[in-house]
Amino acid sequence: MSTNIILSVRNLQTYFYGDGSVVKAVDGVSFELKKGETLGIVGESGSGKSVTSLSILRLIAYPPGKIIGGEVVFDNKDLMKLSESEIRRIRGKRIAMIFQDPMTSLNPFMTIGAQLKEITELHEGLSSSQARKKAIEMLELVGISDASRRIDDYPHQFSGGMRQRVMIAMALSCKPELLIADEPTTALDVTIQAQILELIKGLKEKIGTSVILITHDLGIVAGMTDHIAVMYAGKIVEYAPTEELFSTPHHPYTKGLLKSVPDPMTDQKQLFQIPGLPPDLSRLPKGCPFSPRCSNVKAECQEFPPIKQINANHYSACWLEN
Amino acid sequence: MLKLIIRRLLGMIPVLFIIITLTFFLIRLAPGNPFANDKAFPEEVIQALNKQYGLDKPLHIQYFNYITELAKGNLGPSTRYAGKTVNEMIAEHLPTSLALGLIAYGFALILGVSIGIISSLRQNSSLDYLSMAIAMFGISIPSFVLGPLLVIVFSLTLFWLPPARWGEPKHLILPALTLSAIYIAYIARLTRSGMLEVLRADYIRTARAKGLTESVVVLRHALRGGIIPVVSFTGPALTFLLAGTIVVEKIFVIPGLGRIFIEAANSRDYFVVMGLTLFVSILLVIMNLLVDIVIGLLDPRISYK
Repeated sequence: MSTNIILSVRNLQTYFYGDGSVVKAVDGVSFELKKGETLGIVGESGSGKSVTSLSILRLIAYPPGKIIGGEVVFDNKDLMKLSESEIRRIRGKRIAMIFQDPMTSLNPFMTIGAQLKEITELHEGLSSSQARKKAIEMLELVGISDASRRIDDYPHQFSGGMRQRVMIAMALSCKPELLIADEPTTALDVTIQAQILELIKGLKEKIGTSVILITHDLGIVAGMTDHIAVMYAGKIVEYAPTEELFSTPHHPYTKGLLKSVPDPMTDQKQLFQIPGLPPDLSRLPKGCPFSPRCSNVKAECQEFPPIKQINANHYSACWLEN
Repeated sequence: MLKLIIRRLLGMIPVLFIIITLTFFLIRLAPGNPFANDKAFPEEVIQALNKQYGLDKPLHIQYFNYITELAKGNLGPSTRYAGKTVNEMIAEHLPTSLALGLIAYGFALILGVSIGIISSLRQNSSLDYLSMAIAMFGISIPSFVLGPLLVIVFSLTLFWLPPARWGEPKHLILPALTLSAIYIAYIARLTRSGMLEVLRADYIRTARAKGLTESVVVLRHALRGGIIPVVSFTGPALTFLLAGTIVVEKIFVIPGLGRIFIEAANSRDYFVVMGLTLFVSILLVIMNLLVDIVIGLLDPRISYK
């Protein structure tokens, strides 16, 4: 393995168990992330994007969820094999996360300052006053004006966009090597979305973090990422450099996704949509999970398609490639 | 905050007025009168006694007089214990009830909250099922069964504690345990459900993602939100632990408020019954005010203007 690979996920499997059924939320996901790069993970709701990101830091609640297999190699260590205290030293310090809903992801009972301070006190061993200084510094960095006064406010005194800025400040406090942003803009207004994305982009360069950006919005990944992994039904169905994915998509699902993005240049009467619905993960169809919705179904699709390398960096899991 | 307190205290007045009126007329509706007990007094004596306590006047005059006396802070005389006022009786028995009630309250809070937290952290484990089964048992078993059971085990079999004594701290243990059992159970269940709800919250996931240890996550991040349903419950609970101790006082022969209340009700000691009811009502209203203040302190999103 080359040294410039910061994170390598191999055959990750996270299942959820309930009432006699097994939901294979993530089923054999593999990808690599190079140092300093941004990887976008795209897919519909329920495709396993968030579960993948939570599995990396082992934040899946058991029960009902369980990581049943695979490796997540970070800094030559398999995170899945670390002890609880070892993984805790990585969480927040070396791999940080930003979550989807800033309205609920901050503790409503604690001041912004207290929530920012505890992370540097824990991982950097700062004293209370040093941590406070650092917290103010971070708040200023993410563009919160009057930070030294607002640090003692509670989350409900902030707007959604401001809270997401606070989350970013918190996540970047310890200069993590990897930032996982799980739909960081989904809950925000469009104008705020752009600001938050620009902020993440700017800080990524400033701090030198690698980023995994999870989203269902292809427009967001286009301008932000180096590579894109498209997920469907708990699996990565296509992986390619961003530009290549947009110019020459291979998997029928990716093609469908790209066609679903409205194009203001053409006079579309109706938006394209992929027919059907994402499959029930507890009752997956035999063979290719996308086959019931695919317009190019062949006899082979009754078997599960292997992932096929198209060129050096482009992979697709579809029988059409054979 | 001060405004809230003043407003709530003013709001007490109509509530208490209704309580006073209701108890005044309800106790008069009960058959019998203060002097129609087992001993048959001569007619002249009863008339003289009625006159002495002002019970010979028309009912609306008596009511008016009672309100006037209350306004002066005077709860009236006891008709059973000549020469004693209700104020004196409360002052005399309150410390006993206070000691017993507060110890029971401490048991209920400490044990209830700890059991609830442990249960919520080990949801659906055998430990969780066991403690919730015991809690169900605690809610279901009446104190007149639990009290004697504890006496049989700890006093009459193990000889650790005296069965019915009053005066030393160790005499408090069995009655306080009997009294608090149901509250331990309730608080455990409330804590468990409150914690389970909070532990599923997004901000708990955030706290874990920061690398905080499980104990910091639970105690610093989850407990504050999870405990709020418990706080709402503990206000009324404390009131009943202080004043609703009738059965336990009877079992363990404790000279508290509950016993004088029962005696007064049995002997139609009008002023004592009314005075105690009023006292407990005031206590309950104040406890609820305290609960609101504590919740306001716990939850920054609530602001009292």
